[in-house]
Amino acid sequence: MKLGDLTLVQLRQRLTDNDLALRTGPFVTRIHSPMPQVADGLLRLYADFPLDTGEFRDFHVRVGPPPGLRRWLRPQINFWYDGHSPFKPLPANHAFALLEWGLNWCVAGHAHHYLMLHAAVLEKNGRAVVLPGDPGAGKSTLTAALMLSGWRLLSDEITLVDRDDGLLVGLARPVSLKNASIDVIRQAFPDAVIGAPAHDTHKGTVAHVRPSADSVARVGEKARPAWVVFPRWRQGATARLSPHSRADAFLHTASHAFNYSLLGGLGFELNAALIDACECHDFEYSRLDDALRVFAELAA
Amino acid sequence: MKRVQRCQPLLDVLRDPACMAALALRDWDLLLRQAAAAGLLSRIAVQADKLGLTTGIPDVVQPHLTAARTLANKQRQAVRWEARRIAQALAGIDGPVLLLKGAAYAIADLPPAAGRLFGDIDILVPHPQLGQVEAALMLAGWHTQKQDDYDQRYYRRWMHELPPMTHIRRGTVLDVHHNLLPETARIRTQAAPILAAAQALADPPGLSIPANTDLVLHSACHLFHEGEWGHGLRDLVDLDALLRAFATEPTFWSTLLARAKLLNLGRPLYYALDCCQRWLHTPIPANAIADCPHRPPVWQRAIMRNLFDAGLGSAHRSCHGRLPKLATFALYIRGHYLRMPWHLLLPHLLHQARRRNQEQG
Repeated sequence: MKLGDLTLVQLRQRLTDNDLALRTGPFVTRIHSPMPQVADGLLRLYADFPLDTGEFRDFHVRVGPPPGLRRWLRPQINFWYDGHSPFKPLPANHAFALLEWGLNWCVAGHAHHYLMLHAAVLEKNGRAVVLPGDPGAGKSTLTAALMLSGWRLLSDEITLVDRDDGLLVGLARPVSLKNASIDVIRQAFPDAVIGAPAHDTHKGTVAHVRPSADSVARVGEKARPAWVVFPRWRQGATARLSPHSRADAFLHTASHAFNYSLLGGLGFELNAALIDACECHDFEYSRLDDALRVFAELAA
Repeated sequence: MKRVQRCQPLLDVLRDPACMAALALRDWDLLLRQAAAAGLLSRIAVQADKLGLTTGIPDVVQPHLTAARTLANKQRQAVRWEARRIAQALAGIDGPVLLLKGAAYAIADLPPAAGRLFGDIDILVPHPQLGQVEAALMLAGWHTQKQDDYDQRYYRRWMHELPPMTHIRRGTVLDVHHNLLPETARIRTQAAPILAAAQALADPPGLSIPANTDLVLHSACHLFHEGEWGHGLRDLVDLDALLRAFATEPTFWSTLLARAKLLNLGRPLYYALDCCQRWLHTPIPANAIADCPHRPPVWQRAIMRNLFDAGLGSAHRSCHGRLPKLATFALYIRGHYLRMPWHLLLPHLLHQARRRNQEQG
């Protein structure tokens, strides 16, 4: 059964009853939430994802109002991981964004059976591109655009590297867009389904793009890494790939990874094998359609 | 239902790790949550591996155990490395430098170390050397965290330790003790016999750990003077592992009781033995409990049991008893009450509350 098979009323009831287990790639998360925004966001962005009926869940989370009298004065929202809240409360209308951050936190903080790089990853014709990117570099915009033009999305935030075979494992969760990039994607892809924006978060305005049906359907297929591309958006730049040193690519991905040093020697071996298997590039761009053309040539 | 029966399946697995082989999938779901909340998931994961159980464990559970083992390995490696740095920094100090608790278990490879996670590193040094030790650590990069004059005075005048020291580059935190309990505590103990009986380590040279009996007594006195019980069950598991290992020495129990008497730590030892036996089924001879010095009066025992049971079950919702918040609050107040007499404690709690208010406002 898929999440989209439920009506909004049914979905709300199951979220309120703590009776919804969502499978995203290798993880099953039980979500408990009385918040209407959570139900709306899930139905809009996760409709293609399967629900899990098993007896074992990887993560148990709740998004709801914190206890206390304050909820009547200024409604707030918090995230709980099995009774423990790792974040500070936020304004109540950030409920869905908080769920997304919470789900990232669940994976990044626990899934040490993978090497977890801080990078987006997409696949085309059996080959995957890893996109590390500093905040503001235009990584998520490029990720959303590639996914909406036929690349298969594995993840926009966390690249999971399998410790047994070094292949990349997908989550296919929604792509998080910030500020101006929301309108850029809306204009370039009028058919893209984008969730309700959360304004004035610590990252500015945030909205999520629904993953393509193909990305969700094939989330179980691991992908072979082929390129590491460091994107950088710069006003007026011509879209252009240029070589990036392997040694620097290694250091950059290792130092920005979620658990590189935690894995010890294994982290080194996995990251080294990944970089060895990849061509490494810098990529500057200003216009999305030029960027997409360069990537289409890359994958051809 | 009694709490010691309620916190299942975690308690069964802690009592007998082999029973992991027979768990149903829904039990695993709850076990992993209870164990993670209590800081014991890595321990269970390492035990499953040691007992060769991993092939029988469901596929969906395996990644969690692999991740937990990875974390434990990393922490163990980090503690060893940190201990070497401390040994180097304190090479010129007169008198023993003792690693305590988690760091001691890890470096000496004692049974509680298997899959144990670590917070701060604790060391014990002779009081006369405290100034030298602090200076040497500062030279090597450890500094007391940003604190106001009040904190500095509070620690240096009343406590049994320096304010926590943080390494300027690695961010690791070191607690430097000169005694096991504060100067102002209800129970007075002495560090000299513990320093005198320390066992020197071969690696890293220059560091020692307490004698076996003193490891038990320190762990007990730490747990049962604590005001915050989030790691209570993890600390009880440490005690259980120490007692099971040391019980093979023929004179262990009598030495332990004599030592408790000498150090004036019979009361926390009694609580430790009682809780270990009830929660973890630690094999403890009946006369060790009956002959324990400084036992509490009978009327107090039931009250304290209820309180400690609430603290030990506080980590996960499925282990809570009735009124969990009230019990944790009572333990918090008790922890402070044991630290200081009222005429010092009340102004201190007022100061802390006022400061918290200011930070939030």
